[in-house]
Amino acid sequence: MKIAVTSTGSDLDAQIDPRFGRAQYLLIIDVESYEVEAIENPNIAAGGGAGIQTSQLVVDRGAEAVLTGNCGPNAFRTLAAAGLKIYTGLNGSVREAVESLKSGELTPTEGPSVPGHFGSSG
Amino acid sequence: MKIAVASGKGGTGKTTVAVSLALSVPDAQLVDADAEEPNCHLFLRPSIQRTIPVYMMVPHVDLTKCDFCRKCADFCAFNALAVVKEQVLVFPELCHGCTGCVYVCPREAIVARQRQIGEVEIGAARGMVFIQGRLKPTEPSAVRIVREEIAQIDPKGGPAIIDASPGTACAVQDTIGQSQFCLLVTEPTPFGLHDLKMAMDVAQELGVPSGVVINRNGARDSIIEDECRKRNIPVLLKIPFDRRVAEAYSRGQPLVDAFPEWRESLRSLYREIERRVMT
Repeated sequence: MKIAVTSTGSDLDAQIDPRFGRAQYLLIIDVESYEVEAIENPNIAAGGGAGIQTSQLVVDRGAEAVLTGNCGPNAFRTLAAAGLKIYTGLNGSVREAVESLKSGELTPTEGPSVPGHFGSSG
Repeated sequence: MKIAVASGKGGTGKTTVAVSLALSVPDAQLVDADAEEPNCHLFLRPSIQRTIPVYMMVPHVDLTKCDFCRKCADFCAFNALAVVKEQVLVFPELCHGCTGCVYVCPREAIVARQRQIGEVEIGAARGMVFIQGRLKPTEPSAVRIVREEIAQIDPKGGPAIIDASPGTACAVQDTIGQSQFCLLVTEPTPFGLHDLKMAMDVAQELGVPSGVVINRNGARDSIIEDECRKRNIPVLLKIPFDRRVAEAYSRGQPLVDAFPEWRESLRSLYREIERRVMT
């Protein structure tokens, strides 16, 4: 299974980026082999709809779950429509997050964790 | 002639200046383009004669025709459409109503439906044409409302004084861009100056000449004048800080009603704007 994790860096030891739509990196990780595809997020500076675009991106890469800090309403709607499981409230390193998912410690969120525009600075 | 009254920062006196300027100039038309919270009516108590609904499109996708090619989502600059796993998601609050998705769809699967986002009210107040917009609560963009208000200005009528919303967002840019002159009302505080600079940038970018009114003028007014000098933008009027002006405002009394001596200053202000636009 492939999952998408929002990250501040390009490898497993980087910290989780608490923003989803405007995360610095999206790591597409194979949870069995720990193979990582690091994507610099092209939507950091999107005027609006960053969460929607980032959702589209991780869906297209075949992720079945998302691990992040927070997820707004539009991203939540898009990811849920595509059938992805969304885990919010994560912090620490990407590796720790993946391990806690694998050990069954995490429960998917049932709704957006923050209101819209949470991760935009303006 | 259309004169936009803008400010950048809110609460600097746009409405005070716009209402009293309109009351001082013969045959003026007063347009309240702060559609999120119109307040000129509090001072002018207009009678509204007609109401025009304002609509915004919502893309509606017929999934029986759609083959999920994603051309619509790729075209949309505002990310109002997403295509994921044989589903098309529409985010109406992000849609700017351009209808581009309708045109780029190769299977004619998208139609533009309408939803009402607010209205424009047209009436009269003290012999003036009075136009105001009202954006429905939760609607994010007043641009369409402001455009409809400006379209309702009588081109054969007297000067239109347009009270813009605060800030420098799309609706304000539209208001300034459709005007021949931009009157910037500010206050001599660091916040007033900061936002004034942004409003000056907008007017300059749009090629609309501007002039400044310093409201609540007092000891520290030089920060505004220094900036105006630097940019070669004229200071056209100063309204001194006076508690009685605020008291009249709180009673819903226009400045020129409470202090008729301001009428002549505002007439000269108008003549100066006219002179600058004509030359």
